[in-house]
Amino acid sequence: MSFVEYGDTIKDGDTAIVFLGHESMFPVKVQHGTVTQTKYGVIRHSADLIGKKYGSKVTCSKGGWVFILHPTPELWTMNLPHRTQILYSTDISIITMMLELKPGSIVCESGTGSGSLSHALIRTVAPTGHLYTVEFHQQRAEKAREEFREHGVEHLVTVTNQDVCKNGFGVSNIADAVFLDIPSPWEAIGHAKAALKAEGGRICSFSPCIEQVQRTCLAMEEYGFTEINTLEILLRVYNVRTISLQIPDLGKAAEDNSSTGFDSSNPSNQGSLCTNLQQGTVQFKSGVPLREMVGHTGYLTFATKS
Amino acid sequence: RKIIFEKQWFYLDNAIGHTYGTTFEVTSGGNLQPKQEVEETTTETKEAGTDNRNIVDDGKSQKLTHDDIKALKDKGIKGQEIVQQLIENSTTFRDKTEFAQDKYIKKKKKKYEAIITIVKPSTRILSTMYYAREPGKINHLRYDTLAQMLTLGNIRAGNKMIVMETCAGLVLGAIMERMGGYGSIIQMYPGGGPVRAATSCFGFPKLFFDNLHEFPLSKLESLLSGTFSTETLPSDPEDNTLAEEESNGLTDEKQTSLQETEEESTPETAMEINQTEEQDTMDINAEDVEFKENKEKENKDNVREKQRKQWERRKKLMETAALLREKNADGLIVASKFHPTPLLLALLEFVAPSRPFVVYCQYKEVNQVCYFSCSSLRLFCCITYYLGFFKPLLECYTKLRERGGVINLKLSETWLRNYQVLPDRSHPKLTMSGGGGYLLSGITVVLDKGKSDSSNSEALKIEEPSSKRCKVQDFHC
Repeated sequence: MSFVEYGDTIKDGDTAIVFLGHESMFPVKVQHGTVTQTKYGVIRHSADLIGKKYGSKVTCSKGGWVFILHPTPELWTMNLPHRTQILYSTDISIITMMLELKPGSIVCESGTGSGSLSHALIRTVAPTGHLYTVEFHQQRAEKAREEFREHGVEHLVTVTNQDVCKNGFGVSNIADAVFLDIPSPWEAIGHAKAALKAEGGRICSFSPCIEQVQRTCLAMEEYGFTEINTLEILLRVYNVRTISLQIPDLGKAAEDNSSTGFDSSNPSNQGSLCTNLQQGTVQFKSGVPLREMVGHTGYLTFATKS
Repeated sequence: RKIIFEKQWFYLDNAIGHTYGTTFEVTSGGNLQPKQEVEETTTETKEAGTDNRNIVDDGKSQKLTHDDIKALKDKGIKGQEIVQQLIENSTTFRDKTEFAQDKYIKKKKKKYEAIITIVKPSTRILSTMYYAREPGKINHLRYDTLAQMLTLGNIRAGNKMIVMETCAGLVLGAIMERMGGYGSIIQMYPGGGPVRAATSCFGFPKLFFDNLHEFPLSKLESLLSGTFSTETLPSDPEDNTLAEEESNGLTDEKQTSLQETEEESTPETAMEINQTEEQDTMDINAEDVEFKENKEKENKDNVREKQRKQWERRKKLMETAALLREKNADGLIVASKFHPTPLLLALLEFVAPSRPFVVYCQYKEVNQVCYFSCSSLRLFCCITYYLGFFKPLLECYTKLRERGGVINLKLSETWLRNYQVLPDRSHPKLTMSGGGGYLLSGITVVLDKGKSDSSNSEALKIEEPSSKRCKVQDFHC
């Protein structure tokens, strides 16, 4: 296993995702002799996990089962231990595309935070690219380093513990892209420009408030960035449900026997649709929006240095 | 070579040797002059009104006539100067608010200052461009949706991907960019050959194509049932070259249609999206030459050449079939004009367990409305039926549940909102919703062979907590 390469079987030391069903899952570190408790019973790593294929069904002690999944940055994002507010895959995907990241890209990021975006960036720039990530909180920087080591990606990332607004990214003229997720990104725009390659590159800043965006855009303009563009992306998830709606009784069923007649004569009724006029309901499948959705994460401001 | 873009025509010769991102001005002769950072020569008169209470639209505020402007243009005067003249001859300009003045200048600049920037092709540029200009060719796949697909599909170097797309090769190109030439891609194609018009716009090095394979969709069934053989190739070499010709033709066609749309579209939208496809044109041009050479060679060459080609083609097809037969692909991406359910059910067979798959469809559902009339009632009574089996992704979801072997199924859509950010004038620009399409994504798991026949219970088991599972199973058996 590695976050940048698929493996077939589960090995000692791997990080695996235990999938319990219904979006309920958690990460485990696979170790000989260790056990993990789930609501379906105990999973013994040596016997139940090591040597098994990723994607297998593992039966727990109480007879229930779980699936063991290969880690990906997206699954990690859903399951990582939060040390800060994190970026989710919806924002990450547009950031990755708009920053034009690909294998070989050199990226600067600040702050590292919980490493949600970092894992996705590393995945995309591997095997020849590199991530320089700056975190001013010492404990978080340490923790991130540890995670990168555990996930087999430490060769692709450098974590620096300093204040990006004062000291910059610790590198100059080597980055293809810079990403900022800090409270005052406008103070780091100059450093971002210095970190980007002389021939140019892309920058993105993530801010929850429009006032922050305002100041960032002004700073970007001041430093000669072009193609400044602010956007927001929202994810809508749908539940697939079978809905049945009652047909109102308009008093016609009693006097009109042909109602069942046109029902069978209609060829399109042969599908999965269940129409029962006698019972007075129509059933259909529908994509129902979740009752609550994320309405706002942050504004993403992109620009080009050329 | 003459290029037409946004009602301008020009030659690209002067652009060679400049870095990407260089801005050029189009001169009357169709030559490009690199434009440097110009000191903004906005009107020094900082006079401005506070509101528009006294501004009346009498149609006479501009003192220059149509003919005057045309005369200025014909003289070959710089666009910048024309804008300056327009401002000076506008009686209302001074009364406008500062913001309105700004807007006025911007509008005029767009119209009279012909500026183009030449940029490097990338998924960002091409997907934005295709969505703006040729949405029909990419099944209205919006660029943020494409971005989701790449992330949800965990596309990265070293993967072995299966791709089925009818998006002019844009999705394929996006995947190739993210894989950087590492790993392999098997493109499933309908008809005579894969369409890669958009793929060629990326300007990928030849190396990227070494591990790009293609397999005809029509041979899928035989591959799954084990009756596949290359003896029954869908097309012989003649058809093969025909297919090539076709796809090349498509490229050209695309190019010309692009030019047409470029000519048609208004300057307003132009400058936003334009950011130029000159690079592609150059690529295509080179391709054209290559193609002509190919043709000449073919004319000269004889049956032996054809046989060699046929043999090569068979060999490639066998290789691709062998790759598929391993059934260990690292992911599946589907974005086509076809109904996704049969594609997904068949293609998932080739994907290893614990791998992501993503299906794009323009439609979450197609609601068919049927009207029935009840003759016995005095009024015609309309009953509306929403027929569930016409909903591609919803049906796909249900069928996958029945099949089993997948978890974490998610039907989603993204909304994208652009903002104008200017001091004291920040607000959302436009909302794009609906048009971006829908995604169905999930993760494969090891398929339980013994229980897959009782498909219904299988479907239930996946999401049911295991304590209830035994009961459910008993109930169904």
